[in-house]
Amino acid sequence: MYGLGLFKGLGVTMKNLVSPSRQFNIVQYPNRRASPFDLAKVDNQNPVSFIATHPLKTLRSLLGLETITDRMPQHANFRGEEFAWYDRRCTGCASCAKYCPLGIIKIVTGTSGVNQQEGQSYDIDVFDIDIGRCMFCGLCVEACPYDALHMGSGFEEGKYRRSDLVINIDQLKSAEKKPSTWFRPQLTSRGHDPIKGSTADWEEVGRHEKPSLEDQSERWAKR
Amino acid sequence: MAPTPALFISFESLQIFFAGLIELIGFGESFKWLATLLAGISISFLIINVMVMATAFYTWFERRMIARFQVRRGPNRNGPFGMLQPFADVLKLIMKEDTIPDEADKPVFTLAPIALLAPTLMIMIVIPFGTFIDDQAFLSNLNIGILFIVGVTSVNSIAIFMAGWASRNKYAILGSMRGAAMLISYEIPMALGITSVLILSGSLAMTEIVSSQSVWFILVMPMGFFVFMAASTAEMSRTPFDQIEAESELGSGYNTEYSGIKFAVLFLAEFMAPLVTAAVVTTLFLGGSRGFDFLPGGIWFALKMFIIIFVLLWFRSTWPRLRIDQIMGFAWKTLFGLGLFNIFLVALEFSLADQFGGLASDKVSLTPKYMLIIGAINWIITIAIILIMANVVGRKKYTRPEPTPSPLANMGIKES
Amino acid sequence: MATIRTEPVTINLGPQHPSTHGVFRLRVTFDGEKIVDLEPVFGYLHRGTEKLAESRNYVQIVTLTDRMDYVASMSNNLAYVRTVEKLSDIKVPERAQYIRVISVELQRIASHLMATGFLLNDLGALATPLVYCFRERERILDLFEMLCGARITLSYMRPGGVFQDAPEEFWGSLNTLISDFPSYLDELESLITTNEIVLARTIGVGLLSDAQAIDSGVTGPMLRASSVKWDLRKANPYEIYDRVNFDVPIGSSGDTYDRYYVRLQEMRESIKIISQCIEQIEPGPVRTETPFFIRPPIGEAYSSVEGPKGELGFYMVSDGGISPYRFKVRAPSFINLTPLRDMITGWKMGDLIIILGSIDIVLGEVDR
Repeated sequence: MYGLGLFKGLGVTMKNLVSPSRQFNIVQYPNRRASPFDLAKVDNQNPVSFIATHPLKTLRSLLGLETITDRMPQHANFRGEEFAWYDRRCTGCASCAKYCPLGIIKIVTGTSGVNQQEGQSYDIDVFDIDIGRCMFCGLCVEACPYDALHMGSGFEEGKYRRSDLVINIDQLKSAEKKPSTWFRPQLTSRGHDPIKGSTADWEEVGRHEKPSLEDQSERWAKR
Repeated sequence: MAPTPALFISFESLQIFFAGLIELIGFGESFKWLATLLAGISISFLIINVMVMATAFYTWFERRMIARFQVRRGPNRNGPFGMLQPFADVLKLIMKEDTIPDEADKPVFTLAPIALLAPTLMIMIVIPFGTFIDDQAFLSNLNIGILFIVGVTSVNSIAIFMAGWASRNKYAILGSMRGAAMLISYEIPMALGITSVLILSGSLAMTEIVSSQSVWFILVMPMGFFVFMAASTAEMSRTPFDQIEAESELGSGYNTEYSGIKFAVLFLAEFMAPLVTAAVVTTLFLGGSRGFDFLPGGIWFALKMFIIIFVLLWFRSTWPRLRIDQIMGFAWKTLFGLGLFNIFLVALEFSLADQFGGLASDKVSLTPKYMLIIGAINWIITIAIILIMANVVGRKKYTRPEPTPSPLANMGIKES
Repeated sequence: MATIRTEPVTINLGPQHPSTHGVFRLRVTFDGEKIVDLEPVFGYLHRGTEKLAESRNYVQIVTLTDRMDYVASMSNNLAYVRTVEKLSDIKVPERAQYIRVISVELQRIASHLMATGFLLNDLGALATPLVYCFRERERILDLFEMLCGARITLSYMRPGGVFQDAPEEFWGSLNTLISDFPSYLDELESLITTNEIVLARTIGVGLLSDAQAIDSGVTGPMLRASSVKWDLRKANPYEIYDRVNFDVPIGSSGDTYDRYYVRLQEMRESIKIISQCIEQIEPGPVRTETPFFIRPPIGEAYSSVEGPKGELGFYMVSDGGISPYRFKVRAPSFINLTPLRDMITGWKMGDLIIILGSIDIVLGEVDR
């Protein structure tokens, strides 16, 4: 019937207005107003006792002054910009630099003074990633033969200057290592989830299990 | 109904108060005009401030409500529930640079926002809000109240055309040309809708219209309500009739070149329009401040206004917009005819009721019993018209033929 | 009696205009509200993708194709990697083909949702249908984040497969999505399809006859709306499309309403394809080992897929090196703009916007 469609449409919008299950999954990044119930949940208390014990905080939250952080739930595979780089694993082969479509990774190596006879012949002097030009395709991670470079999990790297966006070797060394599981199935199989805050040591991120001491000794014995 | 000069927002009471004040100071009878002037100034001061505040909160409400319809949150950062957002917006607009294009007609460009805002405010003067004591309008009983409204609203089209023309912008001119054509067309159905009210109420005064609604006029003549509602939606250019500033077509329409405080005033006028329309519709069709006794009349009035505003928002958030020629066609082909038919029907029924002695004691309006009879007849006729039009128009126009594959390029597709 | 002289007005619609879907410019001549002439101007988003590709190796180009049709990166990836596979004769494991088809169909739904939402936005529906469409699209983007760690610029596919298998939780989310999705589409339809204002605005507007569509080289939903039953997935089945069962929806007359409605039906068909793929998929490898730098034999190859906008094809000439000698894209958005002038001339301002919206162009692809 002519004209009925208009009212059907009105019904759809009203349904979306009232039914909570049809609401957008809204994340009020970076923070949102906290009700006393939210605050009680953060404090792991039941709401009644929270309101009784923290009257000032309750009042502030009712006035809208209390906020709690709110972030989008991400998957562990998320390709973020805080690269995780393990200097113990990196040989300075520069595969990542060659594979980068934009050529934003700069690696300078020099001969190392120590242990030259045992094969550790190179020191990495410079390892710069210009994340201001990075498009987070992850090809550098794919190219790394020693699992030294990993995508990160964060995305809050806003800076005031372009030059600040270049991550240098000291920052990479000292940064908290929260590698993404992107192209690193071994991390997934270990239950690693950077979004939940788990960090990974250089020994854990490799593609292969490190042989145990007994293993090694057995093999040596067989030889 | 005897006017009680007890409440301060009545014009007479203010006049009496100022006259007393002048006498107290020691001026004589010859300064009586001063009392009238002062009373007028205080009334306008009151109206401007109340309306601007109401509009500010209305913008907040509209943004929140439409956000909820669109499953979003809406402004929620400034103040409790984001209620201070309109003030932040106004502050921002005031602090922005007030630019006037080089080629613009500067006096007209400057006057246009004022010309748009003033009539909108003036309408509020004659609305009987129903104070807590009796049905008083701000400006007392203006005995040509509804005529005043019809006259004053038509200034809008001039103001919109001023804004568009003076901007020297092609989008603005297109928007204001559409506005001029559309607003003038929709004045007529609006006037027709009002006329049918006048037949039943027998008076032009807004307070009389309210007091004659022993049965709400929406129940007596649904067709008149529909005609008036559609026409006034178009008058304030809301969806589905928002051709004047069709943002997906014209960018922003007549206010493309405006910025700063001028833009704020234009927007104030635009967002005040739904409030004013809701007030007029409430007065004409929803019985104004009439209601049950447990709440005062003013609150009933506000409640009814709120319902109208909510329905308008609901329409706005659901429906797309019509094309300009379809809008004009709707005005002239549908609303005009329906309005005329409604007047004929109501007039016929009124005179018949008069024959059967259905006039109330004031000799101009009908008794509730006859109103209900007329209402029943009108509802039946309206539903019949809806059914006939729906089936005839719908079947003819919008049945799609079954799609058949074109013979031109049916290249070897294996049917599954 | 002297008559008032009127003259046509020329308006530059764009490049900064809310409804040109990007930096697209239309030089339109109006006679009142009526359009008498129109000249599209584009190139504002030209980034030289084809030239850039000639200095990248074959895997790096995948990241460039993401940025062409940025609302349907997955389809671009597929079209590109298929061309490289054809050029260098790489076999793709079966599981990889299934995953590719699933992700491409998801991308088609996402793209069509966006086209529908923006068409309704152009109709002036104050963004309500747009937000509803985006709500559903968001769930698909969440799936893509699980699959490959990004939401828009995916770079998921590699010559020889996809770069990694889908995680465990992906399949569960996919199942809930495809079981919920038909009801979303029903809701969207009851909001739009029967709405009389939408019907009055779209039916009979912007007609494109079948002969005209074929003459202009139009492909995709736009061609099928003109009642031409032509779909590369059926006519030239690639990947595993010959193993799934689906219909090719066509329109009856080729107006704006048909273009909208064909997209809506295609979304339902995509759901059908995905659910069949989930049933058929079996465990296995997802990527053939390819060398770090692929060096295809000297030669040329053209391969095309049915993208959300139309036939998306890549043409490459190899000189035996690590990067293509010549790289050419057949961009459907660009070619679908060919009959624009014929479709729009004679209609009114409001129709211009919705006809342009119903073509569903993405300026990243038009300008490349």
